[in-house]
Amino acid sequence: MSGHTLRHHESAIGHVSGRAIYTDEQHPPQGMLSVYPVQAPHAHARILALDASAALALRGVHAVLTAADIPGHNDTGPIVHDEPLIAHDLVSYYGQAVAWVVADSEAEAMNAAKLVRVDYEALPALLDLPAAIAAESFHLPPVQVLRGDAEAVLAAAQHRLQGELHIGGQDHFYLETQASWASIDGEGIVHVTSSTQHPSETQHIVAHVLGIPVHRVVCRCIRMGGGFGGKETQANPYAAIVALAAWKTARPVRIKLTRALDMQLTGKRHPFFARFDVAFDDDALLQAARIELVADGGWSVDLSPPVLMRAMVHVDNAYFFPNLAVHGRIAKTNLASNTAFRGFGGPQGMLVGEEIIDRIARQLGLPADLVRERNFYRGDDDAERNQTHYGQPVVDNHLPELWAQLRASSDFDARRAAIDAHNAEHPQRKRGLAITPVKFGISFNKTEYNQAGALVHVYVDGSVQLNHGGTEMGQGLHTKILAVAAQTLGISVARIQMMVTSTDKVPNTSATAASSGSDLNGQAVKAACETLLARMAPVAAASLAGDAAEIIFENDRVFLRDQPDKSLAFDDLVRATYNARISLSATGYYRTPGLRWDPKLGRGHPFYYFAFGAAVSEVEVCGYTGVHRLLRVDLLHDVGDSIVEAIDRGQIEGGFVQGMGWLTCEELRWNDQGRLLTDAPSTYKIPTIGDVPADFRVDLFRRSSTPTTQVIFNSKGVGEPPLMLAISVREAIRDAVAAFGTARAVELAAPSTPEAIYNAICKVRGASI
Amino acid sequence: MNHDPHFTLNGNSVALADAEPTQSLLRWLKQQRLSGTKEGCADGDCGACTVAMVETDSRGTSRYIAVNSCLLPLGAVAGREVLTVEALAEGARLHPAQQALVDCAGSQCGYCTPGFVMSLFVGTCNSELSDHTTEGNLCRCTGYQPIRAATAVLAQQAAAGDRFVQGLATPRNAPVSTRLGSYHSPTTVSEALALKQADPDANWIAGATDLGVLLSHGQPVAPMLIALDRVAELKVLHVRDEAVRIGAGVSLAVVEKELAGMFPALDDMLPWFAARQIKNRATIGGGLGTASPIGDLAPILLALDATVHCVGVNGARDVAINDFFIDYRKTALYAGELIIAVTIPRRAHLVTASYKVAKRQTDDISIVAASFALAFDATRRVQQVRLAYGGIAAIPKRATRTETLLLGRVLDDALLEQARALLVEEFTPLSDHRADAAYRRALAGNLFAKFVAERLP
Repeated sequence: MSGHTLRHHESAIGHVSGRAIYTDEQHPPQGMLSVYPVQAPHAHARILALDASAALALRGVHAVLTAADIPGHNDTGPIVHDEPLIAHDLVSYYGQAVAWVVADSEAEAMNAAKLVRVDYEALPALLDLPAAIAAESFHLPPVQVLRGDAEAVLAAAQHRLQGELHIGGQDHFYLETQASWASIDGEGIVHVTSSTQHPSETQHIVAHVLGIPVHRVVCRCIRMGGGFGGKETQANPYAAIVALAAWKTARPVRIKLTRALDMQLTGKRHPFFARFDVAFDDDALLQAARIELVADGGWSVDLSPPVLMRAMVHVDNAYFFPNLAVHGRIAKTNLASNTAFRGFGGPQGMLVGEEIIDRIARQLGLPADLVRERNFYRGDDDAERNQTHYGQPVVDNHLPELWAQLRASSDFDARRAAIDAHNAEHPQRKRGLAITPVKFGISFNKTEYNQAGALVHVYVDGSVQLNHGGTEMGQGLHTKILAVAAQTLGISVARIQMMVTSTDKVPNTSATAASSGSDLNGQAVKAACETLLARMAPVAAASLAGDAAEIIFENDRVFLRDQPDKSLAFDDLVRATYNARISLSATGYYRTPGLRWDPKLGRGHPFYYFAFGAAVSEVEVCGYTGVHRLLRVDLLHDVGDSIVEAIDRGQIEGGFVQGMGWLTCEELRWNDQGRLLTDAPSTYKIPTIGDVPADFRVDLFRRSSTPTTQVIFNSKGVGEPPLMLAISVREAIRDAVAAFGTARAVELAAPSTPEAIYNAICKVRGASI
Repeated sequence: MNHDPHFTLNGNSVALADAEPTQSLLRWLKQQRLSGTKEGCADGDCGACTVAMVETDSRGTSRYIAVNSCLLPLGAVAGREVLTVEALAEGARLHPAQQALVDCAGSQCGYCTPGFVMSLFVGTCNSELSDHTTEGNLCRCTGYQPIRAATAVLAQQAAAGDRFVQGLATPRNAPVSTRLGSYHSPTTVSEALALKQADPDANWIAGATDLGVLLSHGQPVAPMLIALDRVAELKVLHVRDEAVRIGAGVSLAVVEKELAGMFPALDDMLPWFAARQIKNRATIGGGLGTASPIGDLAPILLALDATVHCVGVNGARDVAINDFFIDYRKTALYAGELIIAVTIPRRAHLVTASYKVAKRQTDDISIVAASFALAFDATRRVQQVRLAYGGIAAIPKRATRTETLLLGRVLDDALLEQARALLVEEFTPLSDHRADAAYRRALAGNLFAKFVAERLP
C-alpha cells in the first residue's frame, strides 16, 4: 500500500474491532488508584474550612489532595498564571474542585468525596456575559485591530445600521472524556499518559505543579477519542492531578472524567456578545464598521486572548471592509474557563460578519448572496481590495472562482426561484436557501507555535519507526503523515510503524491545533526522511555505479533515474548503509516561513495561507413550531491537493455537522446558581444521523492556478475551516424565517433552536409569542 | 429459582455469583478488560456502549437486539446471551458490519465506532438497515455521512445467514426465575407480587431505561429490585378488532413493529420516541409506572382512552388512563400493585395524530408532546374530542376546558382560533433548560392548529 492508496483512517481496523486502545484502557499497572473531586456547590465563594478526616477514615482511601499538597506551583494557566489546579481559598465557578480524593477505586473515591466537609462563604457571582459587562469584569486590557478611520466614515455614512448579536457556546462532546494516568519510575521520572492535544504543554504543567525540571516528566498520547480543541489545554489539570496523586502516594493513579464532570468542569467554545455599527453605500458596498466583541472567558484566562484575536481577524470573513475598527474584550465570569474549540474564535467572528452582510441586504432589499459577492476580497487583480484589516493580503484568493463553481453546481438560481414559488403557496411551511463563504487563516496567530519536529528511525531489517510531535484525535493526522513518509521514502506504508506521540521522542512541540497538524508535522517528517535519503543515496549510487543525485526511491526499491530496471531492494540498501557505518536515524524540523504578528498593534502577516470554501443549505421551517428540517446541503471546499481524500472529506463533512450543531440544536443552559443544567447527552443535544440531510453533496475544489506557498505536498489544512460552512444553515433558516413576513431585519438567536426560530418568526410576523 | 447465575458472553458461560447486581454490564466489561465497549455517557444516550443481546419472543423465535450496556444492571444480564464488539471478527476477518465501516471511512476518532458496529451488526442480522439502525449512536467526528454509506452497503448485501444468525436457530429454554443478590427476576406475575409483598420497599424494574440511569451512576434506588423482563404474561400482545391489549412488558420496539398502521397516533410518535437501543428495552408498563410528565406515550394513551390493567395481591382492577396520573411522578397504583397491560380501543372514526417538539428532532426528550383524537359528523361538528399533552404540567394531561369548548360545535376557523387561544391559557408550564413556558404555551395551541390544518383538510 503506498500513500496514494490510503482510503481510510490508519487505525480503522482497530476502531471497528475494539482493539484500538485509548488512555484509560491500557492494562492497568498493579495498585492503580483513582481520583474523584470534591466539588464546590457555589459559583463564587470563599473557602473557610476543609475537613477531610471522615473521608480519610474510609477503607480504600489513600489521600485527600488539597492545594497544600502541591510541591510546586498551584497553577495550570497556559498563558497567564491565574489558574489554580486545586482551589485554595476561593471558588471561582460552580463545581470547581476544592480537593481530590485518591482511593483504590473510583466508586470509593466518589463516596469518600461526599464526606469531605467544606465551609464556604458565598460571594456574588457573575453568571453570563451581560452581567460581566455590566459589572465591567474583564480579563486583561482591551485589544484592537484597526484600519482606516471607521468613526469618520460612519459619521458621514450614506446608509448606516447598528445591531447586536449573542452567540452561544458549545461543548466539545468528544466521545472520550478527559483521561490521564501517571506513574513514577525508579529513577523518579514521572510518566504521564494523557488524552491531550498538547503533550509538551501537559509535560510542562505537570513539571510546574510538581516543582521539578521538565526533563523529569515524559508525556505520551496514544490517541484521543476526539479533541476538537477541548484537549488543548483542558487536558492539563487532569494530567497534573494524577501526577500529583502519584507523587503523593507513590502509586500509579488514573482518571477518566464522567460525562457530567467533564461537561461541568471543562471549558467550552466561548459565548460571544457582539455590537456593530456599519456604513455602506447604495450598492451595499461596505464602507466602514465598528465591531465590538466580548468573549466570555470564564473564570480564568486560559486561551481566551488568542481565541478573541482570531475572532477579531475573522470578522471580515471573505469581505473587504475599507475602514474597520474591531475592539475586543474578555469577560471574566464565574463559569468554567472557556477554551479552544475548532475554529478558535474564527466561527464567532465570521458569524458577526455574516450577520452584518444579511442585515445590509435586507435593509436594502437586495439578495444576500449578491451582497456577499459584491463585497468579496477581489484577488490579486484588485490588490487594494484584497487586503485584510490586519495588513495581510488574501494570498492565493481562490474564493471568487470557487463561489461561482458552487453557485452553478448547486443550481442556486433555479432553486431560489422554486423556493420563492413554494413559499407563496405555503403560509406555514417556508423554505429558505443561503450560500455562504469561508475564508480561514491557516497558522497559529502566535508565530512561535509554527514549528514542528520529527524523529525517524530506519532499522536494519528495513522497517521504519516514525515519531512526530502531532497527536491523533481522529482527524487522520497519522494517516496523512504515513502517506508523507511512505511517499518521501518511496516505500510502502506497511513498512512504517507510527509511534505514539511522546515528549521524549520529539521535544518542545506545539499543540495539534489551528488546522496545522499535517502542515507542520508533515514537513518535519518529510525533512527527516529527506535527510535519510541523502545519507542512503550515496550508498546506493556506489552500488549501482551512478550519481547519488540520480537515485530514485520508489516502490520499496532504489534505482538510477535512467536505469529503472537495475534496482536495489530498499532492505538491501538499508543493510548496506548500516554496514557503511552511516546513521539510519534522523530528526526533521520545520518552521513556517514568512510569518510575523504584532499582537499589540493587531497587524502583521499571521497566516501562511487561507483555506476557502462555500456552502449552500436549504431548509424548511414550520411556522407552528419553529422546527426546521435541513433538506439539502452542497459543500465545495478547498483542500489543495488532497493527501488522503477520504480523510479530507471526513473533516469537511464532520466539521460541517459539528458547526450545524453549534448553530442549531446545541444549547448550553445554566441555572441561577451557575450550575450547568445541560451536562449530559440527555439535555445537551449534538446532531444525530437523523439531522444530516439525505441530500448531502460534498466536493473538493480543484484550483486552476498554482499556489504561491509551499505547503506539504501542496495540500491545505482542513481541520477547522469546514465547521464554518455551517453558517449557511443559519442563514438559510433566517431566509425561511424572513418569508413569514416582510420585515427588513430578521433577528435570529444563535443557536437557532426551534424555540429561537419560533420567536424569530413571531417577530417578523409582528406578533407576540 | 436459579441461585447460580451465569450469562453467556461472546459464546462463553460466565459466572455472575459474586457480581454486584446493580453494577452496569458496561462497568463490569471494563473490569474484565473488555475495553472495546466504550463509556461515552453512562446515561443511555450516546450508544458507545451498545452490545447485542439475544431476545426470545413468546413464539420461541430468537433475535439479536441492540442495547445500551450502561443501562443493563448485571442482575438483568443473568441468564442472557450477550455479544460485544470483540466477538465479531474471526481473526483478521472482519464482520461485514465492521468491514463496511472500514471501507466507507466510517471511523475517525474511533471511540463511538464499536457502538456503531454493534448497532449495524444487529441491523444486519435482522435486515433492518436504515438511519434508524444507528439513531441511538452519537458520532462527533464523521458527520454520519460515511456511516450512512456503510449502512447502505450492508443493506445491499444479501443476508448471509452467518454463524451469528445460524446460532439463533438453536431453540432456547424458557427463562427461569433468577436471583442475583438483591436483584430478583421472577417469571410469573404471582411470583413478582409475592416478592413485592414480602419486601414492600422493593422497586419494580422493567426495561431499566429509566432506573438504569440512576444505577449506572451508582445512585441507590431500592434495597431490592424485582425485574419484570422475564414475565411471559406481561409480554403478550393481543390484537382484536375492537381493541388492542398490550402487555406491560412489551417493548416499544415490538409495539412499533407489531402495531404499525393500526394507530396513526402511535405511528406518528414511535419513530421519534427514543433511539433503537432504548425502544428495545423500554416497555409500555415501565413508561406508565415511571409517570414522567414528559413521557411521549402518555398523551397518546390519554387521547385514545386507554385502560390500564393492574393487579395486586387483593386482585385485579382496571383504571381509566385519565385517572391514572395523580401528581408529579405519582400514579393511581396501590402499594404493591403492578401494571400488567394496557388496552387501547380501536375506533376507526377518529382522526388522530401525535406531535413531538424537541430541541433535536431525533432521540430527544420532548419540550411538548401532544396527541389529538377527534370525531366529526358530516357537518364537521365535533362529536368526540381528546386533546392530550405532555411537557406542560406536572403530569401528562388533557386540555379538558378546550375539549368542552369544542364538543358539539362545528370546527370552523373562528372556533379553531378560540380553541388555540384557550389552549395557550389552559396550562401553566414551567420554564426549564429545554424551553421557556411561553414557548410551551404557544405550542399547546399551535400543535392543535397544525393538526387541524394538516390532518383535517
